[in-house]
Amino acid sequence: MTVAQMIQDSHHTDNSSGIDEFLTFTLGKEEYGIDILKVQEIRGYDSVTTIANSPKFIKGVINLRGIIVPIVDMRIKFNLGNIEYNEFTVVIILNIAKRVVGMVVDGVSDVITLTATQIKPAPEFGSAFDTEYLTGLGTIDERMLILVDIEKLMTSGDMELIENAAA
Amino acid sequence: MTIDMSQFYQVFFEETAEHLASMESLLLGLDVDAPNLDDLNAIFRAAHSIKGGSGTFGFNDMIESTHILETLLDRLRKEELKPTAEMIDVFLQAGDALKSQLDGHQNGAAVDQEKVTTVCEKLKSLAENKEIAPQLTTDAAPVTHQEPPVKSPESDDGYGFFMDIEDIKKQNEPDPGYGFFNTDSTEYTAKNISQAHGSENTNNSQASPSNVKDIKSGNRSAAAAPNPDAASIRVSTEKVDQLINLVGELVITQAMLSQTASQVDPVVYEKLLNGMTQLERNTRDLQDSVMSIRMMPISFVFSRFPRLVRDLASKLGKQVELKTIGEGTELDKGLIEKISDPLTHLVRNSLDHGIESPEKRTASGKDTKGTITLSAAHQGGNIVITIADDGAGLSRDRILTKAREKGLAVNDDMPDQDVWKLIFAPGFSTADIVTDVSGRGVGMDVVKRNIEGMGGRVEISSVQGQGTTMTIRLPLTLAILDGMSISVGKEIFIIPLTYIIESMQPRKENINTISGQGKVVHVRGEYLPLIALHEVFNLKPDVMEHHHGILVILESDRKKIALFVDELVGQHQVVIKSLESNYRKVPGTAGATIMGDGKVAMIIDVVSLVSMSHQQAA
Repeated sequence: MTVAQMIQDSHHTDNSSGIDEFLTFTLGKEEYGIDILKVQEIRGYDSVTTIANSPKFIKGVINLRGIIVPIVDMRIKFNLGNIEYNEFTVVIILNIAKRVVGMVVDGVSDVITLTATQIKPAPEFGSAFDTEYLTGLGTIDERMLILVDIEKLMTSGDMELIENAAA
Repeated sequence: MTIDMSQFYQVFFEETAEHLASMESLLLGLDVDAPNLDDLNAIFRAAHSIKGGSGTFGFNDMIESTHILETLLDRLRKEELKPTAEMIDVFLQAGDALKSQLDGHQNGAAVDQEKVTTVCEKLKSLAENKEIAPQLTTDAAPVTHQEPPVKSPESDDGYGFFMDIEDIKKQNEPDPGYGFFNTDSTEYTAKNISQAHGSENTNNSQASPSNVKDIKSGNRSAAAAPNPDAASIRVSTEKVDQLINLVGELVITQAMLSQTASQVDPVVYEKLLNGMTQLERNTRDLQDSVMSIRMMPISFVFSRFPRLVRDLASKLGKQVELKTIGEGTELDKGLIEKISDPLTHLVRNSLDHGIESPEKRTASGKDTKGTITLSAAHQGGNIVITIADDGAGLSRDRILTKAREKGLAVNDDMPDQDVWKLIFAPGFSTADIVTDVSGRGVGMDVVKRNIEGMGGRVEISSVQGQGTTMTIRLPLTLAILDGMSISVGKEIFIIPLTYIIESMQPRKENINTISGQGKVVHVRGEYLPLIALHEVFNLKPDVMEHHHGILVILESDRKKIALFVDELVGQHQVVIKSLESNYRKVPGTAGATIMGDGKVAMIIDVVSLVSMSHQQAA
């Protein structure tokens, strides 16, 4: 059994209904889906205040109605897409592990509902994300959707967002 | 329903803790020889309120103890008994017993039942044995002495002080009767006194008026006091913090608006601009008043020390007087909570290590009674708290010997200041014997760390044979900071104003290099290490040449550095926002803030910057 399968299994035991809603977004040519319940809001990209000596993919922090929120550019983190910031650049504000984090993506497409049967286990390679953070692959209209455990990803040591994060 | 009850429990626990605290401070302030009736009444009321509350929630053990306590207090209050030092001790013990019972209900902590029983027994015997009212010495004695027989039956109705515990629920609303009764007795006393006037000789009647006033005012305030909550409401800190945050937002929005408004034509938009000015003033006033909600007088911390000093002094066989100055000094509630432990430690230290035994004091020609002075005052943007004792002072030799034992780098020529600092090293103690009071060497390093964690610092000055003074400097509040904004390239940073000594544009010839690497700048006869902020934070500056930019001279921990920045932007009061709540600690920054244009600016951590530069230099 692969890691992804195990995660997928545990994921589904958590969800007795077996039906999940996902927010889908694009990074480069790939389409991703994250649990809609982790999304606080979607907003345009504003200028950020850079943080000294931080990794390149951490763009900096913004003022979100009085809260200081770090912004991660997933395109830089995963070497995808054209890295430019214009009026179409989208930031997904996530609410994970009692923290607020912003994530820059190429574009937000849709909110879709997937049933458990529509979700297939992910193979161990094939996406920019480490398979450890994948919950599975979904299919909509012949397109593949990569489902990500965004909470696990954002709180991981990889993202360098949280002090003493479990690597 | 259960949820509702638990909400009320919390209120009861908080109130009872307050009552106990006020009872304790009143007891400690009570003059045994000339007890103030007002204070006795207040103590009785505190005990009575606790009993009432316990009754409502069915904490029978607390009802029983308070009931016994109340019985004795009531007799004192009515001057049937005269307070003795022994009674005060027992009262204090009873307060402790109640505290432990309260703790038992609140946190499920184990209650020392034996102790509670002993205290109750002591109280009972005190209340029963001394039936005869002792002669009072004051001039008003003949007058007040007549009261008890009249008062007693009435007060029985009001308080049910002989009531069974089962009946206690009935007396949950004693206020109306209480207030009424008091007004009554005021009149009665006045009448009594005026009657007494006629019969007394001139000598006494001259003395009486002042007594009349005393008694009257005493009773009147007692009548008003049962309802002190009318003047204040209990609000959770969470709500206050939310309010402060919202006001912070408002200030930022207001600044944004005024920035935009400054670009419009003042002739056309005169009304708008007038409105903006008014908005600015109102916002500032609002911010000030909201911030003041969080401010509390330091007496909240100081008030616990009389008891601590009293208990500890008798345990150690020392005679100590505690003086407190500036209890009204206000500081942020968050700081109040955090300062209390370090202060307790320092006071205990002064008492244990500082103040000598009475014999030693007599031998060195001092008053047998040592003095510890606690004081608090505002000084600039800081709160300065000092703990001074007139004890033996720190022993330079002992500290140095101990430091050598511990393997710390010391030498005999070290300046006193550096020697004193050694006591903050972990595991450091010069006490000869380890007692349960102190001497384990755990503590001073924690004290220092805690205080520095609050953005404060500790300083020691000590003269052998004359005493030691510890000075703690704290920022006024944790939430707001006076800062200088500076720019490097496109970025704005905030430097806390408290660390800035001066800013200057250096001359080219004053900047020198040391072995081709480090730079120093010559300022007023001193060579200061020069640090470029853009190098620390890896930024692209607009100004490369030092003599075209600005040097900000910073001082922390008696070390100075010159920080090179592009230019000074302005001075602001900024609201400190944590970076850690959503991100992580960023080296070199103490947090972030939101500027008038809505952008985030980093606050520079001067302490770490300075110590970083000195470590590099060393």
